[in-house]
Amino acid sequence: MIYVRTCTRRVALIFAACLAITPLLSTPSHAAAKIQHLISPGGIEAWFVQDATVPLIAMEFAFGGGASQDPADKPGVSNMVASLIDEGSGDLDSNTYHERLDRRAIELNFSSARDTFRGSLRMLKDNKDEAFELLRTALTSPHFDSTDVERIRAQIISGLRRDTSNPTAIASRKFLEALFGDHPYGRQANGTLDSIPKIDVADMKDYVRRVLAKDTLRIAVVGDVDPVTLGKMLDQTFGGLPAKASLTPVADIEAAKPPRREFIPLDVPQTVVTFGGPGIKRHDPNFMAGYVVNHILGGGGLSSRLYHEVREKRGLAYSVSESLLWMDHSAIFYGNTGTRADRAGETVAAIDKEIRRMAEDGPTQQELDEAKSYLKGSQMLALDTSSKLASALLQYQLDKLPIDYIEKRNAIVDAVTLDEAKKAARRLWGQGLVTVIVGRAPQAAAQPAAATPPAAN
Amino acid sequence: MPTHRFAVPVFAALLSTFAISASGALAQTTVTSERPATFALGNGLQVVVIPDHRTPVVTQMIWYKVGSADETPGKSGLAHFLEHLMFKGTSKHPAGEFSQTVLKVGGNENAFTSSDYTGYFQRVPREQLAKMMAFEADRMTGLILKDENVLPERDVVLEEFNMRVANNPEARLTEQIMAALYLNHPYGRPVIGWRQEIEKLDREDALAFYKRFYAPNNAILVIAGDVEAKDVRPLVERTFSDVAAQPAIPAQRLRPQEPVPAAPRTVTLSDPRVEQSSVRRFYLVPSSNTAAAGESPALDVLAQLMGNGNNSYLYRALVVDRPLAVSAGAGYQGTSLDATQFMISAAPKPGVEFAQVEQVIDDVIADLGQNTVRAEDLERVKTQLIAEAIYAQDNQATLARWYGGALTTGLNIDDIRSWPDRIRAVTAEQVRDAAQKWLDKKRSVTGYLIKDATPKREEKRS
Repeated sequence: MIYVRTCTRRVALIFAACLAITPLLSTPSHAAAKIQHLISPGGIEAWFVQDATVPLIAMEFAFGGGASQDPADKPGVSNMVASLIDEGSGDLDSNTYHERLDRRAIELNFSSARDTFRGSLRMLKDNKDEAFELLRTALTSPHFDSTDVERIRAQIISGLRRDTSNPTAIASRKFLEALFGDHPYGRQANGTLDSIPKIDVADMKDYVRRVLAKDTLRIAVVGDVDPVTLGKMLDQTFGGLPAKASLTPVADIEAAKPPRREFIPLDVPQTVVTFGGPGIKRHDPNFMAGYVVNHILGGGGLSSRLYHEVREKRGLAYSVSESLLWMDHSAIFYGNTGTRADRAGETVAAIDKEIRRMAEDGPTQQELDEAKSYLKGSQMLALDTSSKLASALLQYQLDKLPIDYIEKRNAIVDAVTLDEAKKAARRLWGQGLVTVIVGRAPQAAAQPAAATPPAAN
Repeated sequence: MPTHRFAVPVFAALLSTFAISASGALAQTTVTSERPATFALGNGLQVVVIPDHRTPVVTQMIWYKVGSADETPGKSGLAHFLEHLMFKGTSKHPAGEFSQTVLKVGGNENAFTSSDYTGYFQRVPREQLAKMMAFEADRMTGLILKDENVLPERDVVLEEFNMRVANNPEARLTEQIMAALYLNHPYGRPVIGWRQEIEKLDREDALAFYKRFYAPNNAILVIAGDVEAKDVRPLVERTFSDVAAQPAIPAQRLRPQEPVPAAPRTVTLSDPRVEQSSVRRFYLVPSSNTAAAGESPALDVLAQLMGNGNNSYLYRALVVDRPLAVSAGAGYQGTSLDATQFMISAAPKPGVEFAQVEQVIDDVIADLGQNTVRAEDLERVKTQLIAEAIYAQDNQATLARWYGGALTTGLNIDDIRSWPDRIRAVTAEQVRDAAQKWLDKKRSVTGYLIKDATPKREEKRS
């Protein structure tokens, strides 16, 4: 049992579905300095780093769309597809397909994020032909056999049932509903207990047909393979997909304005608080200033203002953090904490106070300098494994950044002025917070004897 | 995003309680990588250097051979509480300075506690190694604790308990199973501690524990990353040589051991928030350190065969062939100083009785104990386990954890490096024998997680 002392960023499931948060990077690392823009003979493009240190290949790829392409009355189609696309395809039934993956220790995973349908493939280099072939059949001829569909459906429903009494899941869902209402971003990306039973094979096949296409495909590969061989394999794997996706347009949306507070009663020992509001989009001129100032307020590490005020000084929580989240059609900031039921009010007040103080006064010059120093230095740590590097290279493509962004980024971070940081702070936090609190009502919470169920003693 | 295997959450909850990330199956590495350099200082500090030159980053991890199983009865949670307090500063470096320094260079840091070890790490640009080492050497003996930071930190730990255990019925079931499984050995105590004991831990408890266990002769320093052993050695000598050894620390860690288990036990945890029932069975089995030759790798193979992935026997039997459960899995945590656990879990579908699920589990076990497994199944799971060792080479922090975890639980470098060969050597007969000998119900505790349908607590209060 490993208890990690930390301020781990507890990204709620539902946010993980929005968009992966990739640390921003600055100085080029050894491997990252050699990023190639590979174009296969058939025209498939990938960002690629050739590295033979370890005999493996890691590939990350994404199609545009994701959960935002679910039919409005059937959230969770993309989640079902991601869970079933590797359950039998081509000549192989589900058992045989997994047998083929497992006997060569090929790791293949699919997931549905808010704006993208993603895949991840890792293999020992000697197994690359088999790995790419299995991926090809999954993408081009998934079966969706009824027994497999029912098995996966039962698993998803089981997870959703659990979520109904999980304070973190409840807070996340309510928070997104509060910010985005009926917009696709306000829906549950995993689906709901109402929608999952209704989804049929036709829905999934329609999703595959509309979303898995070459024009929105982005690929990143890191590992022990030469570019010529890789180019051929990319053609064989992705070449047979339709040229163009037919995506349902998704409207841009501004998240609901704070302040707003919701309380959801649930009889749990620890109260969960999710908070946030409108953020800054990735290509907004004020983005980097916002990113830096957010790091100062609630970013990773053991020294953010929220960490200091809520955890170090008052001992109110084990974890408190805040992040920026940018999507194709919106942007938000959000944070999480878990706190004693009888002091939840104090915790929320402390967070609110810090956010308003930052909005009014901004950071100090010293805080700004230290944050820049951290953000510039941390990039190498984000690139020290093949899979991490591939994930970062995919994220840059999805964020429409240039291939030499890693080299340019130091200068972009350095250019943030104190005035810009203050302006970003006012813009982000000047209106306060949308807060969702899930836990015991204050009067019940005031009875600490109930805080620990007898069984835990 | 739990899209791929919804089976995972059920089982992940089980494993994460024991072995979050680090090693999964066992301390493993592969024979294809270079052998790490090792040396020891005069004061007893052991050092392991694992070069990885792909990125100019270095990971420093210091491991102390002390965990929750070394606590005095009545002071549960102390090893973990001290781990938190190790960030509160020394006479040389006031609270926050170490962490600020890590952050300024873009690094990250953390710490972890298990039943057998406590570890601290920083990942930083390689040129920062000397500075990190100086901080780590300083806090090996220089910790200063004041009530003004000890007491809020105890509240933080109580919130950690609330988050991990009190708010999580599955974690509470695991806690109860472990307490029932270990009749005599301190592994039955939760690493985080029993709540009423955490509440009373104080500054003096922490300092006494610190003085007793934190010393170079009870520590292993692992340096992984863009460094050379020949450069690391003089640096370690310069930095750590002056830290005095603690002669009172015994060479052997002797804990009360388990008697031969005599009776199967069951525990049932009911909670109004349970929306998916589950059953878990833990067997008391030997660890890498305590097993006879070949037995621990056979248990690794057995766990993989029974419960890892869609092809595993339990998943096939319970989820695919006769859909009685939404998930099923098994695991074996070999990295442990004393007798460890082999774990099985399943989550029944609505309307399915535990007895039906357990019958299938028992049938799978009986079959494994009577017949030898198919050659292709054996090959498949061995390939998967050995590949894990190669995948691990992609991540210097993972390698550092494998070495540190193994070396603090009684293994040596050769044990770690030969692990793939030992997996390769496992025969079908050894797997059968392991199932027969160790998956004996008398050695087990079966835990049931069910919904508590009695009226809510609020009604009693009014």
